[in-house]
Amino acid sequence: MNIKNLIQSFSLGELRQGLAVTLRYMFAPKITVQYPDEKTPLSPRFRGLHALRRYSDGDERCIGCKLCEAVCPAKAITIDLGTNEEGVRCTTRYDIDLTLCIFCGFCEEACPVDAIVETHVFEYYGEKKSDLLYTKKMLLANGNRHEAEIAKNRELDAKYR
Amino acid sequence: MEAILLNFFQWMWGPYWEPIWAYIAPIWPAVWTLLKIVAIIAPLMLCVAYLTFWERKIIGWMQVRIGPNRVGPWGLLQPIADGMKLFFKEVVIPSQADKQLFILAPILSIAPALAAWAVIPFFEGGVLANIDAGVLYLLAVSSMGVYGIIIAGWASNSKYPLLGAMRSAAQMVSYEVAMGLALVTVLMVSGSLNLTEIVLAQNKNHVPVMNFLTWNWLPLFPLFLVYLISGVAELNRAPFDVVEGESEIVAGHMVEYSGMAFAMFFLAEYANMILVAAMTALFFFGGWLSPVSFLPDSALWLFAKMAAVLFFFLWIRATFPRYRYDQIMRLGWKVFVPITLLWIPVVGIWMMSPWSLWT
Repeated sequence: MNIKNLIQSFSLGELRQGLAVTLRYMFAPKITVQYPDEKTPLSPRFRGLHALRRYSDGDERCIGCKLCEAVCPAKAITIDLGTNEEGVRCTTRYDIDLTLCIFCGFCEEACPVDAIVETHVFEYYGEKKSDLLYTKKMLLANGNRHEAEIAKNRELDAKYR
Repeated sequence: MEAILLNFFQWMWGPYWEPIWAYIAPIWPAVWTLLKIVAIIAPLMLCVAYLTFWERKIIGWMQVRIGPNRVGPWGLLQPIADGMKLFFKEVVIPSQADKQLFILAPILSIAPALAAWAVIPFFEGGVLANIDAGVLYLLAVSSMGVYGIIIAGWASNSKYPLLGAMRSAAQMVSYEVAMGLALVTVLMVSGSLNLTEIVLAQNKNHVPVMNFLTWNWLPLFPLFLVYLISGVAELNRAPFDVVEGESEIVAGHMVEYSGMAFAMFFLAEYANMILVAAMTALFFFGGWLSPVSFLPDSALWLFAKMAAVLFFFLWIRATFPRYRYDQIMRLGWKVFVPITLLWIPVVGIWMMSPWSLWT
C-alpha cells in the first residue's frame, strides 16, 4: 500500500466523494411525476385499452378475417362469425380477455382494415375478474367514445408505416 | 420558573388557592419533577415524529424524489397520519411467542431511550438531574436498550428476529467499547463526568472570536470521528443496520411486531437518534455555547447542532450501502478500539506537555 492510498483511506476520501454526490442530488431538480395531477406524454403508438372502430357512415370496420385471433400470442381474442341483416359477413362475437392480453399490439398490426386498435386509455379497472372480459359491444363503445383520438393518432403515425 | 408557576396558580385560583395548596404542598416536589419530565418528553416525542418525516423528505430529495407531500400542507401532517394508523392497528401476538416478554420488549427498548434524557443539559442549569456521574449514567442507560432488542428477538420465537437480536447484541456491545473509550478522552480533557461541566470545559476560547475552534471536535478530531461512527453503529442505523437488514432478515427483531408495539421500537430508535445527536453536540460541539463570541449562548445553539448531526445521520443513510457483518466487527474491534487506545496516551502526554490546551 503506497502513501497515497493511505492518505486516501485515512482521510475517508471515498466516503467524502459519496457524500458529495448525494448532497449535490439533494438540490437537483426533482423528477417525480405526481401522477393523478401530472401525467407523462404518451406516444401515438401507445398501446392501451382496445377498441373496435367504425367507418364514418357507422358500419363496423371488422370483416371477420380472424387474423387478430390467429396472431394473438396470449390467445386473448375469441371470434365467432356470422352474417348481419344485410347478409354481409361479420363477427357475432368478439371478446378480448384483458386478463390474458399482454398489450403487444399484434392484433392492430395484423388487422387489414384498422378495425381493432389500442387506444391511449390505461386508467380502467375491474372489480371482478369478469369485468375485464371485454365483449364486442364494449369494444365498439370504446371505439365510439375515443374515435377522434384514435383517428388523430393513426394519422400521426401513418408516415412511419 | 417554579415560583412563577406557583404565583400564576395563586392568581388564577384566588382565595381557593390556599386550601388547594394545603393538599398539594406535601407532594409538590414530585409534581414539579413530573411536570419537568413532561416538558422534556412531550417535545421529544414531537421531534421524533417530525424526524421520521424529515428523514423521508431528505432521503427523497437525495434520490431526486420529492418525498411525502400529500397529507396536509407540504405533507406536514404525514407523521400524524402514520401515528394514527399505527395506533389503531391490532397488536398481533404470535401464538408461539412468550407473551409476557413479547409485551415487555418494546417497553424495555423505549424506556432507556427516554430515561437517558434526564441528564442532558439544554442550557446552563437547564437539566432535570444535574448528577456528577452523568456520562456514566448515559452509557449505562443507553446500553440497556440492547435488552429490549434481544428480548424482542427471543420472545418472538421466530428465526429472523433471533438472528437480528444476536447481531444487535454483538454489534452494540462491540461499538460500546469504542464509544466508551472515545469518551474517556473527553473526560480526561474535561476533568469531569458531569455533562454541564464537560460543556463548560470547552468554553476556553484560545482563538479570538471563533470559539468553535476550541470545542472538543477539533483537538480530538480522530476520536470525534470514532465516536460519531460508533454512535451510528450503536443506533443500528444505515450503514450499520444489519440488525434490521430489510433485504436479508426482513426487519430483524421487529418482524413479529405490529401496531403500537412496533411503533414503540420505532420511537425508541428515533429517540435514541436524537439522544446520540444531543450527546455529540454536548461532548464535541460545545452544547449550548455560541460558536462565535459576539452571539449569546443559548439552548437554540444546542438544537441547531443536534439538527446538524441528525442531518448527517440521514445523509449517510441515503449515501452508503450496508456493511457486511464481519466488516462491521472488523471495523469495531480492529480499527476503532486500537485507534482510541492509541489516542488516549497521546492526549494524556499532550495534556502533560507545555502545549496543553486544557490547563
